[in-house]
Amino acid sequence: MLIELSIKVALAGIVLFGVLNLAGFHTWVERKQSALIQDRIGANRAPIFGFRALGLFHSIADAIKLFTKEDIIPARVDRTLHTLAPFFSVFFALVAFAAIPFGDRLIIGERVIDLQVAQIDVALLYVFAMLSLGVYGVILAGFASRNNYAIMGGLRATAQMISYEIALGMAVVGVVMVYGTMDLAELVRAQGRTFAGGWLPLWGIFTQPIAFLIFLIAALAETKRIPFDLPEGESEIIGYFVEYSGMKFGMFFLTDFLETILVAALATTLFFGGWQIPYLTPEGFVFPWGAELAVSNLVYVMLGVTSFSVKILLFCFLFMQLRWTLPRFRYDQLMALGWKGLFPIALANVVVTAVVLLFVGEAN
Amino acid sequence: MAIKTVHRPVLTFWEKLYLPQVLSGLRITFRHFFRNLFLHIAHQFGRLKHLRAAETYQYPEELRPIMSRYRSRHRLTLRDDGSPRCVGCMLCETVCPALCITIVAGEHPDPNVEKAPIRFDIDLGVCVYCGYCVEVCPEDAIRMDTGILDLAAYSREAMRLDIHELMDPELRKPLTDCNLDFPHECQIHEGELRGAWASSPEA
Repeated sequence: MLIELSIKVALAGIVLFGVLNLAGFHTWVERKQSALIQDRIGANRAPIFGFRALGLFHSIADAIKLFTKEDIIPARVDRTLHTLAPFFSVFFALVAFAAIPFGDRLIIGERVIDLQVAQIDVALLYVFAMLSLGVYGVILAGFASRNNYAIMGGLRATAQMISYEIALGMAVVGVVMVYGTMDLAELVRAQGRTFAGGWLPLWGIFTQPIAFLIFLIAALAETKRIPFDLPEGESEIIGYFVEYSGMKFGMFFLTDFLETILVAALATTLFFGGWQIPYLTPEGFVFPWGAELAVSNLVYVMLGVTSFSVKILLFCFLFMQLRWTLPRFRYDQLMALGWKGLFPIALANVVVTAVVLLFVGEAN
Repeated sequence: MAIKTVHRPVLTFWEKLYLPQVLSGLRITFRHFFRNLFLHIAHQFGRLKHLRAAETYQYPEELRPIMSRYRSRHRLTLRDDGSPRCVGCMLCETVCPALCITIVAGEHPDPNVEKAPIRFDIDLGVCVYCGYCVEVCPEDAIRMDTGILDLAAYSREAMRLDIHELMDPELRKPLTDCNLDFPHECQIHEGELRGAWASSPEA
């Protein structure tokens, strides 16, 4: 029992450590990537003992600054909700990671460890539920601030997130139909098989390309970043966190990055085979041209974790690149895209998938 | 009144799909990203230094090249013996539209030269950098070619350059030592200011 518990705690620790560090790292990536895109150099003036490390220490400087800044609670706000809102935001974003499998079963002696903090049969639903609950943090922040701009920002955020969640959910229905499971670990395992004569892995991107596009767009909207950053709109439109300062603001900021990572993890899990590497089976590499290469369980699992991490990083990179490429949507355009564009296409995708599955049969 | 028809751009089918447009945007940003990344790495190995990876000048360490005609902080040019070329003709003080130059002329030790400045002060807080003083000087005694742009000080007093700083652009206030060996007046020698500034009512 104690061993079980410590394994779980260790897994949760690994996930939290990885995710939070990646979120902190994101602030650096955001600065440097945008600098490279815009022919600039980017932040590089926070040396420690003369080492600049390409400005990496700016993330630490940011954290220290946010923690030591005065935490202002305006006079007329609802103190409880005002304090709770950022915690809600971060909590739901972090908790959603529990259901994301980041590796295949690790076998140590007799013990089989699933590299997933919580084995939930309906992990997909759980992640979506947590993603939806995240909107509470946003609307509470707007509501508790007693600031008209903040509540408008909160309402914009709520409307946007609820609208796009529908497209998001509909897009994922197609994937669930193809693989016939909502257990994310099983879903990834199902993507380990191959098709087209063994040349292509049976990843979601190949079985559900339309769903992937819709998922990607809707997921970007869920993260509330450019081009869908109407809830906050850093420089022009005032967002739901105007009345926040110090680390409470930092937590909203962190939530944005956490949600980006969560969405990257979801996209990887659902459409890019999670921890799968093409031609790598639990027994080793089996190439379509006949070659085989056996690997031990530990190597196999570690390769899987690496593959999962690399895919997440690539998605984060892509999201960041999009964020520095596209301008912001107008609000009516945003709603039109969500309701008149993505939602009907997602619905059609579900119907087409159902018809195809009826003739071809489920993938498993 | 004439009626002007404004033609709104009509999006084509592909533009309405957004995705091709998004991809073309991504192509531009990716091109910049990878070009600059490649150049930054190449610079680390000392290659391709002639191609800039970023438009940024790392300011205090790396100064932007300025044109030779750029009007920066003033300096007084020197004769071979180290004394100023200025003959105290007052043309620059007269032409100065901002009235920022103060000259007190004195007798030059060399009988062939009529006068020399015993005081030459420019108040940079007042100067408008028009360059008339340089234009008007018959002796090429004042120039604005030091290339010094960081003219900042914590007090108005510190913005007033006297003859020491004008003859040696490296000098910065506060001055502790006077190394000029030709006759002149300065705070370090006399202990007090004389001339226009000292007598002006506001000073």
